[in-house]
Amino acid sequence: MTDTATDYHQMWAELGLDLPMHDALLEAVGGMYGSTFMTQNNRPAGMGYLDFVMSEVHGLRIKELDDFRKNGGKVVGTYCLYVPEELIRAAGAWSVGICAGAEWAYDEVEQILPRNTCALIKSMMGFKLGMVCPYLEEADLLIGETTCDGKKKAYEELGKLQNLHVMELPQMKREKDVAFWRSELVDLIAKLEELTGNKITAESLSAAIKEVNDKRRALQRIAAARAADPAPISGLDALLAVQVAFYDDVPRFTASMNALADELDARVSAGAGVAPKGAKRVLITGTPMALPNWKLHEIVEKAGGVVVGEEMCTGSRYYEKLVSEDATTVDDMLDDIAAKYLDINCACFTPNTGRIDDVIRMAKDLGADGVIDYALNFCGTYQIESAGVAKAVQAADMPVLRIETDYSAEDVGQLSTRVEAFLEML
Amino acid sequence: MRVLGLDIGSRTVDAVWLEDGRVTDSVIADSGFDPAAVARGFVERGAHDALVATGYGRHAARDAFSCGVVTEIKAYGLGVHALFPQAGSVLDIGGQDTKVIVLGDDGRVTDFEMNDKCAAGTGKFLEVMARALGFDLAHMAEQALNAQGDEIQISSMCTVFAESEVTGLVHRGEDRAAIARGLHVAIAKRTLGSLKRIRATGPLVFAGGVANNEAMVRLIRAGFDGEVLVPTTAQTVGALGAALSYSDGS
Repeated sequence: MTDTATDYHQMWAELGLDLPMHDALLEAVGGMYGSTFMTQNNRPAGMGYLDFVMSEVHGLRIKELDDFRKNGGKVVGTYCLYVPEELIRAAGAWSVGICAGAEWAYDEVEQILPRNTCALIKSMMGFKLGMVCPYLEEADLLIGETTCDGKKKAYEELGKLQNLHVMELPQMKREKDVAFWRSELVDLIAKLEELTGNKITAESLSAAIKEVNDKRRALQRIAAARAADPAPISGLDALLAVQVAFYDDVPRFTASMNALADELDARVSAGAGVAPKGAKRVLITGTPMALPNWKLHEIVEKAGGVVVGEEMCTGSRYYEKLVSEDATTVDDMLDDIAAKYLDINCACFTPNTGRIDDVIRMAKDLGADGVIDYALNFCGTYQIESAGVAKAVQAADMPVLRIETDYSAEDVGQLSTRVEAFLEML
Repeated sequence: MRVLGLDIGSRTVDAVWLEDGRVTDSVIADSGFDPAAVARGFVERGAHDALVATGYGRHAARDAFSCGVVTEIKAYGLGVHALFPQAGSVLDIGGQDTKVIVLGDDGRVTDFEMNDKCAAGTGKFLEVMARALGFDLAHMAEQALNAQGDEIQISSMCTVFAESEVTGLVHRGEDRAAIARGLHVAIAKRTLGSLKRIRATGPLVFAGGVANNEAMVRLIRAGFDGEVLVPTTAQTVGALGAALSYSDGS
C-alpha cells in the first residue's frame, strides 16, 4: 500500500510526524487491508474508489487538506458523530473524523491513562502521543465531547497537546437538554467563526445541511441494498464506506457512493451477491468501529457469515436520520440540527431504549438470522446495555451472541470459535 | 457409511469411528508436540468414508485433510444429545477451557458460554495443583473426596498464583487432602456460577476430561439445581459429536 508514484515523506516530515513509526503504521495497515479486503470475492467494482482512498489514506487526502489550509482553509478534527458536520462546513471549514481503531504507543498512553481504558480512547491518545496521524497534525481545531467518562477525562490530556474545544453533550434528552445542547451549538458556532474568520449564514448553513444530507442519503441507499438475499456487498466493504464517510471530501464521496449504490441496485435486481446462498446473515450492534478496526467483521465473514447491517455510530446512526431542509433562518436550522443530532441512540444517554427498538427493527428489515452485540472492553455504557439488548433480541425469537473485546489479535482464535458456533446455531 | 470424528485438542486428540450411527472404535491419544501428526495417524488408518474435525486444531485439519469442520460447541451438543436425548444442558471442562451449553427441546444449541480467556478451573489448573501437592491426578481427586476437617479457602483463581498459594499452605503444614478439596470447591463454585448465569437447566450432562474426576462430579451434583449425568465416554463426546455432525444436515 505504500505509494510508489508519489513520495509523501517531505510532507509528513513538515507535519512533524515520527517518520519511521509512521512508515511502520502504514505498512501494518496496508498489510491488513490487503489480507482483509482484497481477498474477498466478487466485490462491487465501485469499491475501487474506496480501495484507492485507502491506498492514499495518508497521501492524497492529506495533500488536499494541506493545500486547503495553505489557501487559508481550516480543518476541524472530530471524534464523535454528535458533532454536527453541518456547522463546520457552514463556516467554510472541513470536518475530519479522527481514527482511533488500532493499538498504538500503548507504553506512552499508559503513562497517562489507566491500562484498563477502552481501546478506542487509548488509540485516540496513542495516535497523538506517537505522532503518527497526519490528520491530527493538519487539524487547526479538535472537537471533543463529554460522551463517556473515559473520553471526558482523556480530553483533558489531549487538550494539553493540541487546540481542543470540548462540547458538553447532555446525559438525557428532555426538552431542557435539547435546549442546552442547542446552546452548545451556538458556542460552537462562535468558536468556528473565530477560527475561520467566516460568518455562518442561512445560505452557507442551508447548503451544508443539504450536502451532508446527500452524503447520508447515498449511504442509506447502500444500507437498504443489503436487505437483499444474497447481500450485494460485504459487511466489511459497507463498514469501510461509513468509516471513510467521516473524513473524505464530501461531494466526491457522495458521488462515488451513489455510483456504488447504483451498482448494488443492479446486483440486487440480478440476484448477484458476495456470499453463497444460505450464508448466515448477521446484524452487529454496539460500540463504534473506528478505522482501521475491522476485526469482528472479518471474523464473521471469514467464518462464512455475511454482516448485513451495523447498528452503531459507524453504521446506521451515522446516516439513518436527516436534518430537515425546510428551515430558512439560522435559528430554525439550529433547532433542526440540535433535534436531529440528539435523536441518535448512543448508550451514553439515559434512558436509551430507542436503541433496542432500532436493533429489533433493523434485524427484521435486513433479514438477519442473528444479532451480535459488540462492546469494547471497559466500555461501561455499552457493556451494561448489552444484557438488555440480548434479552430483547431473544424475546424477538432471534439468537444473540455477546462479545466483549479490544483491538488486539490475542483473542481472535477464541472469538472465531464463538462466532463459528453462533453461525452454526442460526 | 463410516465417519471418523476427530477432536483435536490442546492436551489430547480423540477419535471416534461411527458406522451407520454406531460407535465401532474410539481412541484417546496425547496431543504431544504435534497434534497434527497424531491426527494424521488416525486418518491414515483409512477406516472411514468421511471425516469431520472439531477442537482447537480443526482448521489445520481441514487444510491438511480437506475435511469438514464443526466447532466444539456444536460437537458437544450433538454428542450429548445422542447419548442423553433428554439433556437440557452440557458442561465441558477440558484441558484449557470450560464450556457451558444450553440445548433446546430438539437438542440444538440455543446458548453457550466459553470461559477461554484463562486456564483457571480447567484440567490444566488441576494438573498444576496436583504436582504442587505431590499427588497424581486420580489420587488428588480421591484425597479431595475423602478430606476431613475444616474447609481451606483458596483465594487465587489464577493457575500460577494459586500454585504459589498451595505451596505456601503445604509449607505451613496444612493437610494436603484438605487443600485438594479447597481447590475443587473453588472450581466448582466458579463453574456453578457460569451455569447459573446462562440459566442452564437439568438434566445437565457433565463431559470432557475433568468429568472423570469423581470429586468434581460430586461437587457439581451437590450444587446444581437438577440432575447431573456423566457419560462413561466423557472425554470423547466431542469426537462423537463431530462424527455425528456429518449427517446432521445443517
